[in-house]
Amino acid sequence: MESRFRVLFLITLVIVLSGCAATKNLFGIGDDEAPPPTAEPPGQVIDPQVERREIKEPAIDREDFEVGAFTGIMSIEDFGSDLVYGVRLAYHLTEGFFVEGSIGQSEAGLTSFESLSGGARLFSDRTLTYYNLNLGYNILPGEVFVGEGRAYNTNFYLIAGLGSTRFADDDRFTVNFGAGFRFLLTDSIAFHVDFRDHLFDIDILGKEKTSHNLEGTVGVTVFF
Amino acid sequence: MSEPSITIIRSTSRSSLSTWCACLIALALLALTPGLADADDELRKVAVADPYLEMRTGPGRGYPIFHVADRGESVEIVMQRTDWYLVRAANGTEGWVDQAEMELTLNPDGSEVDFARATLRDFTNAKWEAGILAGDFGGANILSLYGGYSLNPYVSVEVWGSQILGNFSNGWMGSVNVVHEAFPDWRVSPFFTLGAGVIHTSPKSTIIQGDDRTDRVGHVGAGVRVYATRQFLFRIEYKSYVVFTSRDENEEVREWKAGFAFFF
Repeated sequence: MESRFRVLFLITLVIVLSGCAATKNLFGIGDDEAPPPTAEPPGQVIDPQVERREIKEPAIDREDFEVGAFTGIMSIEDFGSDLVYGVRLAYHLTEGFFVEGSIGQSEAGLTSFESLSGGARLFSDRTLTYYNLNLGYNILPGEVFVGEGRAYNTNFYLIAGLGSTRFADDDRFTVNFGAGFRFLLTDSIAFHVDFRDHLFDIDILGKEKTSHNLEGTVGVTVFF
Repeated sequence: MSEPSITIIRSTSRSSLSTWCACLIALALLALTPGLADADDELRKVAVADPYLEMRTGPGRGYPIFHVADRGESVEIVMQRTDWYLVRAANGTEGWVDQAEMELTLNPDGSEVDFARATLRDFTNAKWEAGILAGDFGGANILSLYGGYSLNPYVSVEVWGSQILGNFSNGWMGSVNVVHEAFPDWRVSPFFTLGAGVIHTSPKSTIIQGDDRTDRVGHVGAGVRVYATRQFLFRIEYKSYVVFTSRDENEEVREWKAGFAFFF
């Protein structure tokens, strides 16, 4: 009888222990036991627990590009003045120099010949489209004061470049130059006032001549 | 007056302009959005190592100094424009600091900062290059844009797009060429080039005779790339083109161009 109890007790013990062992393994806490303390090597007093940090510096936001739209009046020699609008993209090389590409469009009116003669038109497509690539220089950087408490950065710049104008059914090599004023509302948003002269050769009225096409625009740009 | 054939281009020019406008406006909006999103991003911090760090009201030499950050103070770099850095001092004041002064600050771990600026070495080893050139193409004006990729410091491949504007005809040209530089580590680096492409010419509308033509071209040329500063260079080149026309004789055109480019 005594041996039977002993056997029963042992079986229970085996089941309980194996159950415990299984549970421990099941929940993954079996390996959680503290590792045996390793003998500290003789002579080492301080064990540095700090790992060397890999520092990755955040990248600096570069804002050298400026993109925007403009609108204004363009006077096409012999063809009257009309609305002009377009877009611009500039890249600032240094604090002084920048390169700029523009695309613009305007509409040509009637020459006095066309108005007086009645119906006859010199050409049908009255749209003027141009693109140009320019180099600009911020010749007079400065500040303007609005009221007592506000100052805004500004730039007066000179600009010149080359491009092409599609007008009166032809692409015409165009030189343009002018000046502009950039008013920085914030460090990233600017207002522009621009005056440019676009020069191209035209022979639509008989004799070939270089025509001056003055343009005055206002625009908004964003730096990115 | 008869309707010239070129009017077909009219409609495409209009639509292409509006597409361009739309693209650039989209780009502007994109440019604005990350600007807003960036506000929460972590900014790079540097510590002032000199007695003080001068902060100016604008990104230029003439702007007045209105605030100084003291030695040991940590400042955040908000953005960079050309060689100027917009920094935010500990008290929240923002001002512009020159690159030369920023070089004298320290990283948070105490090491010296290094704001990499392109040098002559990058001029030799940079992979990409893009530029604008203008000049004379057989008596006509030519405006060109190009992009290039360096296979190694000596050999690069370039793609060119040009608009030709003459007295009697206009056109465009696209070409691909290989450039070989014998001394790529020189500040004034001469090169030879060989390429092929397509040229399209159309007579001006005031000239009655002539049709639009598209021909293949081959060219050889030579020139120099001159390192200017930072990532910029000047480029001058001469190319001799052979236009493979459908007529009995091939046409030869000489071209001179000058312009500037940048590498990255």
